Amino acid sequence: MAIVFEKPKALTDAVLHYCPGCPHGIIHRLVAEAIDTLGIEGRAIGVAPVGCAVMAYDYFTCDMIEAAHGRAPATATGIKRCRPDNIVFTYQGDGDLASIGMAETVHAAARNENITVIFVNNAIYGMTGGQMAPTSLPGQVTQTSPYGRDVNHCGWPIRVCELLATLEGPEYVARVAVNNVKNVKSAGKAILKAFQNQVDKKGFSLIEVVSACPTNWGMTPQQALKWVESDMLPYYPLGVYKDRSAAKEAESK
Amino acid sequence: MAERILMKGNEAIAEAAIQAGCRHYFGYPITPQTEIAAYMAKKMPKIGGVFLQAESEIASINMVYGAAAAGMRVMTSSSSPGISLKGEGLSYIAGSDVPAFVVNVQRGGPGLGGIQPSQSDYFQSTKGGGHGDYRMIVLAPASVQEMASLTVKGFNLADKYSMLSMILADGTIGQMMEPISFEDVAVEHYPKPWALTGTEGKRKHNIVNSLYLNPEVLEQKNFERYEKYKAVEASEVLYETYMMDDAEIGVAAFGIAARVAKNAVAAARAEGIKAGLIRPITLWPFPKQVLKDAAEQVKAFVSVELNMGQMIEDIRLATECRRPVTLCNRAGGMIPSPEQVLQSIHAAVKGGN
Amino acid sequence: MKTTQILIAGFGGQGILFAGKFLAYKGLLEDLQVSWLPSYGPEMRGGTANCSVILSDDPVGSPIITRPDVLIVMNLPSLQKYVDAVVPGGQIYVDSTLIDEKVRRADVTAYYIPATQMAKDAGVGTLANMIMMGHVLKNNPELSFEGTEVTVQKMVSAKKPELVGLNMKALEAGRDYAG
Repeated sequence: MAIVFEKPKALTDAVLHYCPGCPHGIIHRLVAEAIDTLGIEGRAIGVAPVGCAVMAYDYFTCDMIEAAHGRAPATATGIKRCRPDNIVFTYQGDGDLASIGMAETVHAAARNENITVIFVNNAIYGMTGGQMAPTSLPGQVTQTSPYGRDVNHCGWPIRVCELLATLEGPEYVARVAVNNVKNVKSAGKAILKAFQNQVDKKGFSLIEVVSACPTNWGMTPQQALKWVESDMLPYYPLGVYKDRSAAKEAESK
Repeated sequence: MAERILMKGNEAIAEAAIQAGCRHYFGYPITPQTEIAAYMAKKMPKIGGVFLQAESEIASINMVYGAAAAGMRVMTSSSSPGISLKGEGLSYIAGSDVPAFVVNVQRGGPGLGGIQPSQSDYFQSTKGGGHGDYRMIVLAPASVQEMASLTVKGFNLADKYSMLSMILADGTIGQMMEPISFEDVAVEHYPKPWALTGTEGKRKHNIVNSLYLNPEVLEQKNFERYEKYKAVEASEVLYETYMMDDAEIGVAAFGIAARVAKNAVAAARAEGIKAGLIRPITLWPFPKQVLKDAAEQVKAFVSVELNMGQMIEDIRLATECRRPVTLCNRAGGMIPSPEQVLQSIHAAVKGGN
Repeated sequence: MKTTQILIAGFGGQGILFAGKFLAYKGLLEDLQVSWLPSYGPEMRGGTANCSVILSDDPVGSPIITRPDVLIVMNLPSLQKYVDAVVPGGQIYVDSTLIDEKVRRADVTAYYIPATQMAKDAGVGTLANMIMMGHVLKNNPELSFEGTEVTVQKMVSAKKPELVGLNMKALEAGRDYAG
């Protein structure tokens, strides 16, 4: 019988601990596919966050480290500065990257640290049971915004790509989503590019993946994917927010 | 014999670190230790090393964590308020059992405190600082030469036991210059099979991690770590004694306080008082046995500290309170004078405070 | 066994720490044990600066000086602050261009050197500190003036060799000042 579909080599056989309907599995797969495509598994070093993906170190076959909450870009910096020929990536959620780790994120981007950051934005703290995230939408009900996020009280959600695109530092900043097949395919391409950029020593690449959290949103997986389309994407438009190499190329033409 | 050169204590740490093979430094500016960063910034690019000024102490210690996990000799340095910020990273490094070397050139606290010399982070460094059950090897230099030699030792011990080591100095020793030579730099190498190097497809992946959700496994990890700490306690204790052979008053002090105390002990001897000095060089592991033995011989101890009385607790524990221990201290950036220490010795002779 | 405790004090910018470094290096070249301890922090920036140098035949105990054998002062507040700390029989060097007051102690030897004016006159405007040092060497034979040039060479940047001559000029002016 012909094999028509396989698990990427860069993923281990461990059973994922994620909730039913959680897109983390898809995003792990996209990362692993990029690693396979580029043939970099043997020199890849991954940095897991604190958050739902905390145990990502069990899922990737490359060397892995578990960072402190929000500090993955700093830990990745330490590794990359020691081993510039290795391919270093972080995999972080919205609380980790855009709340407690905002300083580390912004400064790694400003330094154009030659690392790849996969930023999964599902607008909620998943692991701790559904609290308000820095990316929770206005009016969004969470455990710590039970009456809906009141922007007059706790401020507005942060658009990370737009914010980072104002910096001179980063090479590539793009927002993708995984709520339908078409978007998953684009997301795969963007993630591949983010790794390719590092291989080419171009610098800091961040891919924001707009994701879903059916469990903590209190929705079925199907409802959650619809909510991504109807509520999240209008606030978090997809697209490439910065691509220095492409911009340079366009300029020289 | 290597040439004697004059160097600031902070610079001696930096140069010794380089000689010990450290090629990666991550830090954030804070008085009174900034000379270390400045020295590294100047030297590292010329020798193929990395100096990186991080956005915060928190980021710098997590860069250290990454570099340590990558198998490199790596360090950071700071002063008291900055070390508090590094506490989180120290705990992760300890929980992941990777080696790293940290310098604390102490200043007065708590809070923003001041910038003058202090020893008020004794508790923080010897009892914790970060969360969880862990230990750091804490080395307390009392001269510029020791700033260098204990730095080399700190790197060696960190690698030997795959754990944290720290230089606990103070603003005085950081800022002062003394002659120093680098003839005795003995760099030890230990294999690091756990390091993140990339699997190159030749081995199962390495994971550097401090998360164990299964409490039985986490307990076992703690037990194993404490076996390692026991080995450190058994074989890595360092101290100096001065005129202790027939001493009736045992003065205990570390770092700059020991320098002051030595003058006072000499002055007491000149008056015919049999005083002696025990200077812990490792604050953890604490030289318990020498103090316990001294308790058989002396009538009283005087603990000289630049804080409100921290090491004194370890002295009482080590001596099982068999002799009175009095405190001779200044705090907030002040340093006791030899005269003040001598007065405390006089008081101890009389059996008072 | 001989130990000399030297305290140098003045305003930030007068080269107080540099003068102390000079003595420390001089001691080092004489094979003495030495320590050099600066005041540090905000008080250095425009405020007062001081520097403790200990030269000894034996290992230096505390590097902190509470009772100097030799006090060198280059402003009035420093003289007032430290004059009583000097040990009986000690020496006090006063830059008399900047300090009008006399030392009101009979049990010490006071030297008055118009160092700031001399520096101006000799065209070595910023080196009053080294003029003071030249006079200190003159009165402390165990330090001797010999080897001074080697000491200065150790201290100044190789990129600015002209500084050796200027410092020597200042040191010699201080040595030759007859008071």
